Formats: sequence, C-alpha cells, structure tokens
Amino acid sequence: MKLKKNVPLIDQHDKYGFWGGKFGGSYIPETLKKPVDDLTKEFSKLRKNKSFIKKRDFYFNNYIGAPTRFIKLENLSKHLGGAQIWAKVVSDANGGAHKIYNATVHALLCKSMGKKYIVGDTGAGYAGKMLSMAAKKFGLKCKIFMGAKDIKRQKPNCDAMKKNGAEIVPVTTGSQTLVDAVSECMRYWVSNCDTTHMCVGSTVGPNIFVKICGWSTAQISRELKKQIKIQFKKIPKKIKLINCVGGGSSAYGFWSEFIDFPKSQIELIGVEAGGPKNSKLHAAPLSRGAKLGVLHGAASYVCQNNEGQINETESISAGLDYPGVSPIHCFLKDTKRARYTYATDEDALNAYKLVTKFEKLNPSLEPSHAFAEAIKICPRLNKDTVIIVNSCGDAKKDRDILKRRLGKRI
Amino acid sequence: MINPINLAFKNAKEKKRPALLTYTVAGDNTKKKSLEILKSISKDVDICEIGFPHNTPIADGGQIQTSAYRALKNGLKISDVFQMVRDFKKSKNSKPVILMGYYNMIYQYGENNFIKKCKSSGVNGLIVVDLPWPENKGFAKKCKSKAISFVQLLSPTTSKERLKNIIKDSHDMIYYISMLSTTGGKLKVSPKQILNNYNKIKKIDPKKNCVIGFGITEKTIAKLRSADGLVVGSAICKEITRSLNNRQNPVINVSKVVAKLRNKIS
Repeated sequence: MKLKKNVPLIDQHDKYGFWGGKFGGSYIPETLKKPVDDLTKEFSKLRKNKSFIKKRDFYFNNYIGAPTRFIKLENLSKHLGGAQIWAKVVSDANGGAHKIYNATVHALLCKSMGKKYIVGDTGAGYAGKMLSMAAKKFGLKCKIFMGAKDIKRQKPNCDAMKKNGAEIVPVTTGSQTLVDAVSECMRYWVSNCDTTHMCVGSTVGPNIFVKICGWSTAQISRELKKQIKIQFKKIPKKIKLINCVGGGSSAYGFWSEFIDFPKSQIELIGVEAGGPKNSKLHAAPLSRGAKLGVLHGAASYVCQNNEGQINETESISAGLDYPGVSPIHCFLKDTKRARYTYATDEDALNAYKLVTKFEKLNPSLEPSHAFAEAIKICPRLNKDTVIIVNSCGDAKKDRDILKRRLGKRI
Repeated sequence: MINPINLAFKNAKEKKRPALLTYTVAGDNTKKKSLEILKSISKDVDICEIGFPHNTPIADGGQIQTSAYRALKNGLKISDVFQMVRDFKKSKNSKPVILMGYYNMIYQYGENNFIKKCKSSGVNGLIVVDLPWPENKGFAKKCKSKAISFVQLLSPTTSKERLKNIIKDSHDMIYYISMLSTTGGKLKVSPKQILNNYNKIKKIDPKKNCVIGFGITEKTIAKLRSADGLVVGSAICKEITRSLNNRQNPVINVSKVVAKLRNKIS
C-alpha cells in the first residue's frame, strides 16, 4: 500500500472507489446507484470547469470569508515551553466551523443538477447549521437529520438551523447520535433520490461523498500553505499539523496540501475521541484498534463487535461521536503517513480550559481534542518546531456542556 | 437436478399463480418463536426469505428495523440464524430459504466461511442489500460455485444498460424493488406502472424468475398477481409487532395473514 505523489489523495482510488485496495468503495442499495453515478459524473465535470471553480472561489471569499486567520498562540507557547504553537482559526469562517466549505459546494452541486431539495445529517449540528445556511443562501428546501441525544446537547446549532428555515428530523433509533442520523438520512434519500440531493457531512459514505467533501475542505490547507510561506518566508523544517478526527473532513482539508511533504518535515497527527476517561466506549477506530468493516456505504475501520454489529460510541464532543472514520484516513494510517492518537473527554476539557485561559480563542470540544495532544507534546519539543492546530469550530454550540462540566458561562 | 428456488417458481406457475415469498427477521421476537412462525407459515409460502438482523440498516423501513432490534436485543447471533435454517430444513426440507442482510456481517464472518455455512445449513439463496453490481461480481461467483443463488436487485432508478448487465449476471431469481422507498413504504406507484417496469425486465430475459417486493400488502397483492413472485415483508413484521403489543400469539396471527395473502393470489 503506497501513497502516490502529485495526485490529490481524494483521487488515489481504484475503479471501484477503493483507497489502498480496501478502504472506501460504494456499498449502496441498488436504488442509489443511479443518483450516486449521476453525482459522480456531475462532480467530475464541474471540478474541472473554470466557471464553477470561479463560482466556488467567489463564495469561499465573499460568503464564507476566506482566508481564515493563522495566528501564533504566544501565551500558550510561553506557558508550556518547548515548541511554538500556532492555530489556523477555521472557526472564523461564516457559521463558525469548517463544515461550511462542504455545505456550500453541495448546495452549488444541488443547484447545478436542478434539484430543489437537499438533505443532510449532523452530529455536532455544525454540518446541519451550515447546510441550512447554504440552502437558504441558494434557495433550496432543506431537511436535517439529527440524533435526539445530539439535539439536546447541541441546542444553539439547532436553533440556528430552524432560524434558517430547515426542518430538523429527530432520530430516535439506536444510540440517537450521528451514526443513526446518517442511517436515517440515507434511508430518506433512498426514498426520495429522484428529487432530492444528499449532502454527507464529512469525508465518509460512498466514494463520491468522500471526494466532494475532501475537495471542499482542501481550501483550508491551500490557505495555510500560503500563510506559512508568508509568515516564515519558507516552509519550516519541522511542522506538526494536529487535527481532531471524527469523520475526518477538517483533518483532510487541513492536511491535503502537505501530504506530499516528507514525514520528517511535516508530521500529520490526528486526534480521535477517546470518550470518558474510565469508560470502555470511545469513538476512536483508528487509534484504538478497530477492525475493517462496512458502514454507511464505505469500508473503513469501524468500532464494531465480532458479528459485525456497529458499537455504540461515547464522546463529550458530538462531532467526533461516530463509530466509523473516513477511508482516506484509514489509508493515511496504513501507509503510515499520518499518526493517530486519542484524547479523552477530560483531556479535551482541560485543553479547552488552558487555551481559553491564555488565548483569545474559543475552540469547540472537537478541536479541543487536538489542542490536548498539542499541549501534551509541546514541552518535549524544541523551539524550532512549529505545531499548528486546526481550530476548526467555535465553542458557542458547546456552551451548555461547558457550563455543566466547568461551571463556566461562555 | 432442478434448483429448489426454480422448482418453487415452476410449481406456482403450474397452479397459475405467482410464487409467494415472505420475509421474516431471524430471532424476532425470540429464536424459538421465529422458527415456529416460519414452520407455521411455510404451508402457504413458496420461498422463505429470512433476514439476518443488522443494527445499522440503511435500506430498511421502520417495521423491519423494529423486528431486527427486537431480535438483536434478545441476543440473536449469526450462528443462531444458521441453526434456525438447519432446524427449519429438518422438517421442511423442500422449502427454499433465502438469507437477506447487509454486507458487513458477511464480511466479518468471512465471505468463504459464510458461504460454507450457508451450504451446510441448507440456505439456497442470498440477498445482500448493500452489495450492488458490479461490485458483487466476485461474491456472486463464489455463491454460484457452491450452488447458492445470488439474488440481484433492480430498482426503478436502474438504467437500461445496467438492467441488461445485471440480468445477464443474475442467477435463478431477480428482485425488482417496486418503488423508491425503504421497505414497508406505502405503495406510491400504481400497480400498473410497476407491472409496466416489470415487463421491461422480463422482456430482457423471460427465463429468469423475477419477483416484486416493497410496499406489498393484503390490499395490493392481488393487483400484481401476474408477476412470477411477490414478496411480503414489512406487513408480516408489523403483524408480529401488533401481536406482541396486544399480548397475542404472533405464530397464529402471522399464519392467518399469510394464509390471506396466499388466498388473494390463488
């Protein structure tokens, strides 16, 4: 299994859509074959179409607000000692998280295919909020599937979705979290695929959805590469790019331009949700040894039992609370290009406390997992090492959880 | 020797009626009860489809999902499904059995192991909901080499070109999904339209037995009786749920429902 140079990772799959011969694919019911094929054709055409790219860039610049800031966390670096910590503040983007890139592209695709309805799934509520924003912006009717448990814990984003005119469909089956929301959304799409477009919220699902999402979030690393060059005059010798990994959309977007660099120069570190400290439940298929399996239309490492039933997961962060992970991260793991680890709920909360104490930054619980790893490794490294954390979401949506766990109002 | 699935269609045809196929979830609501249900309905059924339940089904509707959860909650394992088929075949040896489920469970069991186990327990066919053509070619070939029919699914969205290819690669039976829906949806397409599409499929290869499924109930079944076979699933799972809620014996109630269905097409 080998990575190819000079080919975007999203295109390094075989004719059946598998990365490394075993991750990805399109395990879909026959009913969805045609809509998925149509979408595949449409996307392969549009991604090379100059006027579509112009349109995308226009909305990325004028609607999402590119580029997002790249800042040094001076106080935190000083406090920890060791390496310098930087943050790419992707939460500057309109709506407050990286999910807006994927949502905007899907809305544009939906429109270009002449469909008027768009549906999507959401865990933390960001994917849903962004999709509802994009739908409103482009005049599409929108339905968002969300686990009943997530609706409760991510109320601010639910309010935003409703304000944007989207219908939230509560999912009460199974664990009532993201995994069930995705299933329910796919079921809805099976029934309505002739009139409706589906937006998968992360780099998961059948091959084409992994590609579209990765293509959209790649904006993050295009910006970052330029910003690094401006800041340091050239790409520094030792960089560590740290990102949380749930489905893996922000991590792929953060890394895509840097995958071809040697590992010794740019290390890619993905941080999964380890769940509560003393719990056996987690959402860390890459770092805690899950087996390969098929979930929601793609093969990837999946938290599951011997029978192939999908495990329940637990994490304080709804956006990472998913038993599967992107096939492209599985590929990066097996080719050893990226390293994956996990942070517990408590680690993430502590990281959140420390970051907000020292910096004017308000990372949500998802990137707080990434900060936890940065905080852990920073003191051991030398000054020339540049740690960059993708602060991919802001904590407004987590205010209730943070208040409950930290007694803090934000 | 003629394949048991084909034989079932042949027998039904001789009686000038479509074959009746039922779908029940293995272990719903207990291992013992689901075997009893199967045995009791088999006198009116030509082919038994048995679902091996998965906890993340992406194409099932509410009724079947409820049945699957019930079975899993009662601890059903894949080995129990095979045991159930074995027990069923002991008393109803001639009745063809088709297992239906999601690919991850087969994958975890190991494709070859799974097929071997199917063979030894008496399974005649397999339907894998999320393994479409052409990705299923390899697995379908393995099935065929062990004389197990891999049943291909077709849907209203299947293109003409795909139809031809899938039918060409299909074994003894093809399954036409009547409409864009998860299982158990209300029939939102007219029976006439469904039969229209069905006839297009038959025209490509009249020799292949084609069944129609999704949305078929006591009310709609008679209108589709010109098909080679008709599948009723959710209506049966619904009846099990209803019986359990009313503290009645699902074995008796489901048998009655199936007898009625059979009556409507005989």
